[in-house]
Amino acid sequence: MNLKRTNPGLFYLQRTLFYLLVIVIAVYLLFPFAWAVLTSFRRAADLFLPPLQFIAAPTTIDNYTQVLNNPSFRRGLLFSTIVAVGAVAVSLLFGSFAAYALGRFRFRGKQFIMYIILAVSVFPQIAVLGGLFTLITRFGLFDNPIGLMVSYLIFTIPFTVWVLTSFVRDIPGELEEAALVDGASPLQTLFRVLFPVMMPALVTTGLLAFINAWNEYLFALTFMSTNRTVPVVIANYSGASQFDQPWGPIMAASIVVTIPLIALVLIFQRNIVSGLTAGAVKG
Amino acid sequence: MTINAPAKPPGAPPARARRTPGIEASRARTAIILLLPTLIAIALVAGFPLYRTIFFSAQEANLTTPDQSVFVGLQNFWFTTAEGIGLGFMQDPQWWTAVRNTLIFTVFSVFLETVFGMIIALVVNSAFAGRSFLRTAMLIPWAIPTVVSAQMWAYMYNDSFGLIGQGLLGGQALLADSSTAIWAMIAVDVWKTTSFMALLILAGLQSLPGDMYEAADMDGASKWTQFWRMTLPLLRPALLVALVFRSLDALRVFDIMYVMLGANVAASTSMTGYARQQLIDNQLLGTGSAVSVAIFIIIMAIVVIYVTAFRVKFD
Repeated sequence: MNLKRTNPGLFYLQRTLFYLLVIVIAVYLLFPFAWAVLTSFRRAADLFLPPLQFIAAPTTIDNYTQVLNNPSFRRGLLFSTIVAVGAVAVSLLFGSFAAYALGRFRFRGKQFIMYIILAVSVFPQIAVLGGLFTLITRFGLFDNPIGLMVSYLIFTIPFTVWVLTSFVRDIPGELEEAALVDGASPLQTLFRVLFPVMMPALVTTGLLAFINAWNEYLFALTFMSTNRTVPVVIANYSGASQFDQPWGPIMAASIVVTIPLIALVLIFQRNIVSGLTAGAVKG
Repeated sequence: MTINAPAKPPGAPPARARRTPGIEASRARTAIILLLPTLIAIALVAGFPLYRTIFFSAQEANLTTPDQSVFVGLQNFWFTTAEGIGLGFMQDPQWWTAVRNTLIFTVFSVFLETVFGMIIALVVNSAFAGRSFLRTAMLIPWAIPTVVSAQMWAYMYNDSFGLIGQGLLGGQALLADSSTAIWAMIAVDVWKTTSFMALLILAGLQSLPGDMYEAADMDGASKWTQFWRMTLPLLRPALLVALVFRSLDALRVFDIMYVMLGANVAASTSMTGYARQQLIDNQLLGTGSAVSVAIFIIIMAIVVIYVTAFRVKFD
């Protein structure tokens, strides 16, 4: 404010530069996605137009109808949903047990177990790819959503355990002690007392784990052949001929897959940020 | 006696006061039982497969017939035939190209992300009209699936109608040339993950005490001095942990390279791509496992270096 009086020239220059920076950042963050959205509404023939004519070209929803009628894309959506929801459900259940134990109980070897879980969350997936592949084929789970779902536990479980543990620690201990005095078993305490309090944490953690599972590519590419998940379908989306990349439908498929995620992320904005910092900074 | 049904003699003091060793022991037992599903799941999907990978790294084995493996010691890593042909993967120049490219990718993308993330976080942390809009916009690149952002950028890089490939560079095939492809990959990764870095830095910034800055203002410290002398040192712990996790993510990068460059080029652009090509495409379970073990060792070594050099704490 002082600068505004003493040196208004410099003040307005600083303001202008600052807002210029804001605009540059906003364009940088949003432009690639906006361009993809625009492309998804353009006809294949118009893709060759120079940018300004491309923007002004007629809008069409053909790409979307084509994508939504594509059986492999629809199957992809189905399999992605089954696998991601399954992995998240199992992880939340196991993860909340573990988080309760790690956040509330004192016992020997706790530190060791926490480090093991942390180590698994920084695990390179490739380190287990060969071993998991032989196991999955031996149990006849190749190309089976259950095999993929189980393999996703390698990153969803450590993540949920870490984030939930930090949430459990923040719950006041009196709640649990009251339940203990009333003679509730640990499981009763967890389900009746802690779960309701942990609901926001469970939703956040579940959502973040869901996003990770939904986006996973390496395992999905390797452990499934015909029952592909959405990322693999989008990566392999091909046109009539091998050399013709159908960018319009690819962008439409990308938007269809992305919009629900963006919507969820925007709805749960605040929780996401706290969950991310708990998950990434603490493990 | 279990915690489920504490035998309370009449007139006994409440459970809280009775934290005897017996209760402690039974609570410890309960904790282990609660941890069992997680521990079993981790053993099943991480421990045992990792053991199998290490086991196969010393075997000559084919992916389709893993049972017919033969122990070969370290020959998957280094083996020269009588004719002087090097068969170990460490004698394959493509592996070293992949290692070099992965390291370039990691160093530059993590560095740029940290700088950009810091700038964005500082901007969003100051008060201005449109702040909440920018905060929301930050989440979008992060929410977009990696494969989708790979396709979006592949389209922009396209040399016949891409905005960057055709528009900015006049039809240069960025992705076809391995010397430019690595920088194209870095640009995609920086775009995709800068906002993640910015979110973490922002969270750190918001936990800094405001009155400290008021005091610094009173003492006449410039914003520049305040940033270098106060903000940065205080952000150090949060920044370091974020750096570790981003570096580890970058070192095991796979998706964007595989989708944008194809299996073959990806194999010389990322260590993970090389490992997958050996393991799955070439069906060489032994060699592929050996490569996986090498990647595992490299990544764990970097974790140890980070943690000891910067004394990163995770708790």
